[in-house]
Amino acid sequence: MATEAPPRIVSRDVTKVYETLRGPVAGLMDFSLDVGDGEFVCVVGPSGCGKSTYLRMLAGLDRPTSGTIEIRPGDDPGKPLNSVVFQEYAVFPWKTVIENVAFGLEMRGRSKAERTERAEYWLERVGLRKFAGHYPHQISGGMKQRVSIIRALANDPEVLLMDEPLGALDAQTRIVLQDELLRIWEETRKTVVYITHSLDEAILLGDRVILMSAHPGRLLETYRIDLERPRTIDTMNLPEFGELRGRIWARLAGEVSRAMEQQE
Amino acid sequence: MSAEPVEEAASIPARRRQAEEATLGRALAAIAGIVVAWNALLWGVGLWERLWWLALFGNFVMVVVAAERVGRVVPPRGRAAYERTLAFGFPLLALVAWELIVRGGILNPLWFPPPTRIAQALWDVTVNFDRFSETSLIGRPWLIPEKFGAEGWAGVWSLFAESHVWATLGRVFAGFVIGSIPGILLGVVMGVNQTVRLMLDTTLSAIYVLPKIAIFPIVMLMFADPFGEGPKIVVVALSVFFLVTINTMAGVRDIDPVFIMAGRNYGAKGLSLYRHVIIPAALPVIFAGLRLSLGTALIVIISVEFLRAKQGVGYMTFYYWEVLSPEKMYAGLAVVMAIGVILTYGLQWMQKKAMPWQRG
Repeated sequence: MATEAPPRIVSRDVTKVYETLRGPVAGLMDFSLDVGDGEFVCVVGPSGCGKSTYLRMLAGLDRPTSGTIEIRPGDDPGKPLNSVVFQEYAVFPWKTVIENVAFGLEMRGRSKAERTERAEYWLERVGLRKFAGHYPHQISGGMKQRVSIIRALANDPEVLLMDEPLGALDAQTRIVLQDELLRIWEETRKTVVYITHSLDEAILLGDRVILMSAHPGRLLETYRIDLERPRTIDTMNLPEFGELRGRIWARLAGEVSRAMEQQE
Repeated sequence: MSAEPVEEAASIPARRRQAEEATLGRALAAIAGIVVAWNALLWGVGLWERLWWLALFGNFVMVVVAAERVGRVVPPRGRAAYERTLAFGFPLLALVAWELIVRGGILNPLWFPPPTRIAQALWDVTVNFDRFSETSLIGRPWLIPEKFGAEGWAGVWSLFAESHVWATLGRVFAGFVIGSIPGILLGVVMGVNQTVRLMLDTTLSAIYVLPKIAIFPIVMLMFADPFGEGPKIVVVALSVFFLVTINTMAGVRDIDPVFIMAGRNYGAKGLSLYRHVIIPAALPVIFAGLRLSLGTALIVIISVEFLRAKQGVGYMTFYYWEVLSPEKMYAGLAVVMAIGVILTYGLQWMQKKAMPWQRG
């Protein structure tokens, strides 16, 4: 179904090599991945597998040493190709909540009225309307990450790139935001590449889970997640969920311990 | 139901305060007793005059103990007033002690004129015109209407021109502006561009440690009028420039790269990246540099005025030392301190305006 349309993201043999004093180090090796339009792809792997590097290259913030990455533009040329949600929030402390949310629109020269309207719509959606005039230091970590997420959504990109967006949050806030992400995604059906180190999160959110190995980072395995949509936090209690997790974890566990041994 | 435990919790500190209050009188009386006994002891053995600093140190310790004891009964609402009292009350107390010690003949009034005489001197130099140097402290602003009536704007200007404070402020302000704007620009360039940084960093660090007053003679040679305002302003500007450059560079280099990435990813490039990301992110450190350089600017201008000036607060201080009028010399020092405090507050005010996002 999704394979009929040309894929939104095409990456071929992407390799990233860093020059160091001790010689070249491969961060990512021959990584190929296609992402269909409206697909939610989660990338999981031990730390050091180059998953964040890949995302940065997707975002155009870094360049591959070899290989190609392409995001197919949509029909509307005014839309940005991608917007990133960073793990460290990267919400600007010197801008108010609403200025942060409207930042992408402002940079693309949209009118003040349009910016305010879009930003207020998204603030309303995540229950932050009354914090519009606050500065980031006045709100909690969970709220900051909400701001960071809707800053990307208000920008209305072709592809949403998320780099461990919930990694820095506490367990409860994380669950609330996972639920919120599911709801928003059901409505927007954006193309998403989602980096995480939580297998549960990857299975809960993704249509596909990509498993990576470390040192050098390679694609290890792809799992299609056929759990029924719309999903909620309760999806995690389904027996199929547990079965999937067991199967993927069996493969991942070996990779994680191998990566840990290599680091020592 | 649920309000009850909260109310109970709220009454706990209040009850503690009441208990402290009950014993406060006795505690303060005991502290006063210790102070009296301590001074009487030193006095009795005839050592108070020789060991006056030791006596005062003991008294200081007991004042601290008493203030802390009072602090324990201050309710949260009175906290701000209590802190203000400590911050301004103590210097006042120190001035009183100074006055008493000099009047008691323990310290030589030639070196340490009592504060009241300094205040008197300050009043004198403010209201009187010094005929010898043709100056006054703040330019006798109450004469403005009269002078304006007689000579127009030229008359008003002549009043400003006779003032020590305006001369010093003008030099500091001009030097500060001339030094800090290029300093911020170069600092940003050095923070962003590694090549420029590598080429200039060593040189800047070397010049930075040089006392700027040591460059003053060379700067004087560069000007057609070596004794005019030019060299003085340039030396201030130079000392400000290096400090601001180095701090701005540090501020720009310390920016969390994730902010730059976010800025670029959301479409900021070129000037808009500077305006929306780099400058605001570095602003706290830039302001720290400005504050440091303001202090340095004041130090440099006072030193320059000591050396080579016919006017200015530094000149005035040195001049009254030469004519051995210590009260007026101290008055000059007090004016320097007042200028420093006012300028620092002014900069803090600007900082709050420029960075409303900062807490506190």
